[in-house]
Amino acid sequence: MSVMLLIEQVLNGLQYGVMLFLMAAGLTLVFGVMGLINLAHGSLYMVGAFACAGVAAATGSFWLGLAASLAAAAAAGALVEVAVIRRLYDRDHLDQVLATFALILVFSEGTRWLFGSFPLYLSVPEVLSGAVTLPGGIEYSLYRLAIIVAGFAVAAGLFWLIGRTRLGVRIRAGESDREMIAALGVDIRKLYTVVFALGAALAGLAGALVGTIQSVQVGMGEPVLILAFVVIVIGGIGSIKGALVGALLVGMTDTLGKVLLPVAFGTVMDASDATAIGSALASMLIYILMAGVLIYRPQGLFGEAH
Amino acid sequence: MLRESWINAVLLAALVAVPLWALAAGEPFVITLATKVAIFALAGVGLNLALGLGGLISFGHAAFFGLGGYVAGILAWHEANAMPVTTLPFTIEGTNEMLAIWPVAMLVAGLAAALIGALSLRTSGVYFIMVTLAFAQMLYYFAISWPAYGGEDGLSFYVRNTFPGANTFDPIQFFAICLVLLAGALALSWAIRRSRFGLALMGARQNAQRVVSLGIRPFGIRLTAFVISGMITGLAGALYADLNRFVSPQMLSWHMSGEIMIFVILGGVGRLYGPIAGAGLFILLEHLLGGVSEYWQALLGLLLLVVVLFARGGLIGVLSKEARDG
Repeated sequence: MSVMLLIEQVLNGLQYGVMLFLMAAGLTLVFGVMGLINLAHGSLYMVGAFACAGVAAATGSFWLGLAASLAAAAAAGALVEVAVIRRLYDRDHLDQVLATFALILVFSEGTRWLFGSFPLYLSVPEVLSGAVTLPGGIEYSLYRLAIIVAGFAVAAGLFWLIGRTRLGVRIRAGESDREMIAALGVDIRKLYTVVFALGAALAGLAGALVGTIQSVQVGMGEPVLILAFVVIVIGGIGSIKGALVGALLVGMTDTLGKVLLPVAFGTVMDASDATAIGSALASMLIYILMAGVLIYRPQGLFGEAH
Repeated sequence: MLRESWINAVLLAALVAVPLWALAAGEPFVITLATKVAIFALAGVGLNLALGLGGLISFGHAAFFGLGGYVAGILAWHEANAMPVTTLPFTIEGTNEMLAIWPVAMLVAGLAAALIGALSLRTSGVYFIMVTLAFAQMLYYFAISWPAYGGEDGLSFYVRNTFPGANTFDPIQFFAICLVLLAGALALSWAIRRSRFGLALMGARQNAQRVVSLGIRPFGIRLTAFVISGMITGLAGALYADLNRFVSPQMLSWHMSGEIMIFVILGGVGRLYGPIAGAGLFILLEHLLGGVSEYWQALLGLLLLVVVLFARGGLIGVLSKEARDG
């Protein structure tokens, strides 16, 4: 395996990790602030992707589609929060799991009803199509590079929002003591809606960005959702920093495992067996990583002991 | 209102009477539906031990359901192709005897539950939900990418496995086998509720600290419950594979985990007969709503939302207006 190919795969891993971060950030924020486990987060990712594909197809502009994905996912998030999620904060996790599982059924079938079962395709905008030559002579897709940059920019923006703004102060205060900040005059219900919509918008953005690489279809959010769970279990639930580290770890492990394991097995057995065993093992690798983290630190890398 | 024991009696009577009526009326499809209810209820009885008694919200019971199914499928496939499952370190032949398949299915599911449980029980609360889900997904992706037994397409075996003295191809006879196993599992969970072990398990759910102060370590109790729970669900998986004569990674998917959870919760968490009510209601809805609209799952989702938000305690809870026992 050449170094060039390896570097390309590392970049792919980075791009995958950044996507997972956009998903995991909303999930972990909602859990940290409201104590809610939201399975329907993957549906918001799907809403974002469909909104982007729909608007891009109607107007011909990817950028309008991207804006629409943010708006649609945030609106869907706010709507769901007000109609359903709000009633679940005081319930136990079992009720939350079940109600948000029910929301997935509603979202998936609703989308199928609106858009049909056939996948939609989004094309890469003109400006970002093609490849760039990186230092060292590596050709890499400009679009994927743009996703990596955009992902890190969003991450930086999120850290700034949480750490440096008034809204961030309220969010962090809400995490530690919701009665206290309600007593101090913060409208906690509105704050929760805002946080939920923010997480939803991030998921919608991820959906729109990935929709260009993969196809846009019903059920696309579910595999990503489960990976996002793995990410926040590794990183520690409620921690944005943990979500970033976990996402990059998972993205790298998964991408590199799928490339390297078959090659590694190929050195000791014949090619077809090596591909079969290598790829089967590679698909389990991130879960093995998660199990390892759990043995070492059950509360996750950046989680607080509970 | 109605007493819970009366509701239970009616449920069981209905589960027996409907297939008998179908037999008399010549409706084999209804018998198959009833068989599905019995098998799903069995899977639910398994989960109910962990979820209802132990308070362990496992979102990964599809792992055990699917493993049981794959054991049945793989053994039957090897028997049909006259190939041993393995020759190293010693020869294991395939089989199509249900009596041989069931213990293997339960053993494999139990081992998996011991491993998954030992790791997952290091965590609690929302972590436990996600971790059990993640481990089930791990098996799901493994089944998809492992080509030997059909990979993503699944594995068909054309002949239903045999049971001594019965014709398993006759729907009513296969139903009877499933029903007897369901009754056995119900009796077991009834006995567990009344045992010291069951009391400790319920105590650990209600107040773990008190149980610790009595000198009982919750970890061992919970792990044992999780393993028994996985074994029962694994047995249900083996039966489900036999019902369809087909296994696929779908049986391991998280939708399956969600559905098993729905059986338990629709019926009423922690109630002995809850899974029967839940599975029955689910199959009935699937059948009725499926006739109304192609998008019946959206209706199911809305209904589920209403149950979670407004009808806590599930079907039996609503009918009996009693707080759950245990």
